[in-house]
Amino acid sequence: MTHKLLEVKNVTKVFRIGGLIRGKRLVAVDDVSFDIDQEKPVILSIVGESGCGKSTLCRMFLRIYQPDMGDIVLSGNSYSDKKNYDPTRFRLDVQPIFQNPYEAFSARKKVDTYLYNTALRLGIAKTRKEASELIDATLKSVGMSLAVVKDKYPTQFSGGELQRVSIARALITRPKLIVADEPVSAVDASMKMNIVNLFKELKDEYNVSFIYVTHDLSTAYYVSDYMATLYRGSLIEYGSAKEIMDSPGHPYTELLVNAIPRVGQKWDQELVMPDMEEKEYAITYCKFAPRCPYATEECRQTRPEMREIAGRRVLCYHPLVESGSVDLGRLSEG
Amino acid sequence: MLKVENLSTSYKTIDGDVHVLNDLSFEIHENEIFGIAGESGCGKTTLLKVLYDIIDFPLQIDAGRVVLSGKKDGKSFSYESGQIREAWWENVSYVPQAAQSVLNPITRLKSQFLDSIPEAARKNETQEETLERVVTYLEELSLSPDLLDAFPFQLSGGMRQRVIIALATFMSPNVVLADEPTTALDVVVQRGILMMLMRLQKELQNTLVVVSHDMGVHYQVTKRMGIMYSGSFAELGNTDDIFADPIHPYTKMLIGALPRVGDASQKVGIPGRPPALTDPPAGCRFAPRCPHPSGRCSHDVPEFREVRPGRFVACHSAEKGKSNDTQAVGS
Repeated sequence: MTHKLLEVKNVTKVFRIGGLIRGKRLVAVDDVSFDIDQEKPVILSIVGESGCGKSTLCRMFLRIYQPDMGDIVLSGNSYSDKKNYDPTRFRLDVQPIFQNPYEAFSARKKVDTYLYNTALRLGIAKTRKEASELIDATLKSVGMSLAVVKDKYPTQFSGGELQRVSIARALITRPKLIVADEPVSAVDASMKMNIVNLFKELKDEYNVSFIYVTHDLSTAYYVSDYMATLYRGSLIEYGSAKEIMDSPGHPYTELLVNAIPRVGQKWDQELVMPDMEEKEYAITYCKFAPRCPYATEECRQTRPEMREIAGRRVLCYHPLVESGSVDLGRLSEG
Repeated sequence: MLKVENLSTSYKTIDGDVHVLNDLSFEIHENEIFGIAGESGCGKTTLLKVLYDIIDFPLQIDAGRVVLSGKKDGKSFSYESGQIREAWWENVSYVPQAAQSVLNPITRLKSQFLDSIPEAARKNETQEETLERVVTYLEELSLSPDLLDAFPFQLSGGMRQRVIIALATFMSPNVVLADEPTTALDVVVQRGILMMLMRLQKELQNTLVVVSHDMGVHYQVTKRMGIMYSGSFAELGNTDDIFADPIHPYTKMLIGALPRVGDASQKVGIPGRPPALTDPPAGCRFAPRCPHPSGRCSHDVPEFREVRPGRFVACHSAEKGKSNDTQAVGS
């Protein structure tokens, strides 16, 4: 039986704000489930506004946080199964890329020490010479080389170059999954596409899946195969990235897609800005209802359940795709 | 109106002078939104600092000046570099980069509003009367007056940014300079803030200068824009015309590299990196990254000239009047 690469099962993470007695519970990630297949490497983007739980979810994939409820399973190995947890194996399989490469690398250490440490300490290379070859080959696949990187400090690189090095560092272990948390938001506009293109190329070259967390929907559309939209901790839409962004199913996804400053189509209508953030985490009905232009009485009573529509999953009573896509014949048979 | 005349500035460092702005001359008109684009380190923020006259060591003006002139309440005024400070808040205001961190974290917003209104502008009002005006203004911007009793840390990033914009525009200045007003904010909040800025500009009929590295933002917000590369303008003109028909190769690549929803075709980023300003290449500074450099590009600095009415380009290959016909068809 083949396992899925990553299964996320009803994962919930609760933070406490303030003291034990007077403090508040904040559900940062609320009952999120999805999975990634193993056969073919994919890029899954997780989008949503700040505070929607994107980073918390990422940290759970990296085992920095433990989920409070639910479970994450990586190729058959459950995260909650502490007995059979092999840290080295895990680090070989899952690697992170962080937002700001200048913060990811210590300014006092040479960049190549990180590359050598990754190769030698995880036992991928036995000798330093072997490690050098491996590092050089990996750096070349991201458009750099060991000769360029050797003996340099992080400040001697531009943001785009350093981000490439951190991608190369993640690739040294030949991971199955790379978790990239906002990898291009600190990178210049002209370099952004180079980084994003790398993901596309490396996906097939190294047979590695990416989880690409971003709030930049235009690059998400460009690179990703699947897309998950989070809102206040809940997964509200999941499916093919192109389909979702071409015709959003959840009103919130529609709001996000319409907010992209796109070229060729000017904004015309006003929009409702989010206000009472903390309260929204505690809402017992649909969390988006207070901002939703399509909300009905039903939405203000109980929380909707995830439903499958037009080849995707939407958490909404009144998904926008239902009627439209059936009329257009977009719903595939079966 | 802001007029920049032959402006050159440099930073004095131990390793020698770093020339950041080189002989810039352009105008920003009244009642328009002007955008400044470019990658980091191209001098966007330096230019804005000089426009706002925050010239502190190691930054220094080597040549040229900035003239701020206009009319307010029937009185015309004119200030040049060195005097612009006198016009702060009243005629010109500044929304700094990372505006989230400019508010004093330990005082309520109420006192921060009161502190920033100059004595002269209070017209012998009591504090309560001034606060009342602030409340009315906040309501106009659909912000809750309860904000005044809040501390900055109680607000989200987007809310803080809106408060800063309210603060900067309270005196209805003739010029508002916004440096990356939406960095670190997500798309929905970004759109809300940009639309707030646009609405304010429409009401006040003043000049708004928006610095951003996001070309999409410029397309949505600005009327005219300038694209900076390595300390000077590569191209300047009407925003819609620039997007419809970019002339400078750098602009072409920037627009070509923009990912768009609904278009999954392969895009390429710009190869190479911008030159170090400590040791810029002779000739055209874009030549090392340019896809079609000609022989003279490596030693001849291209002149920033008007290729079409209102359209300035610094490139040897941009022929005067060339592809004028296509523009006529396009517009």
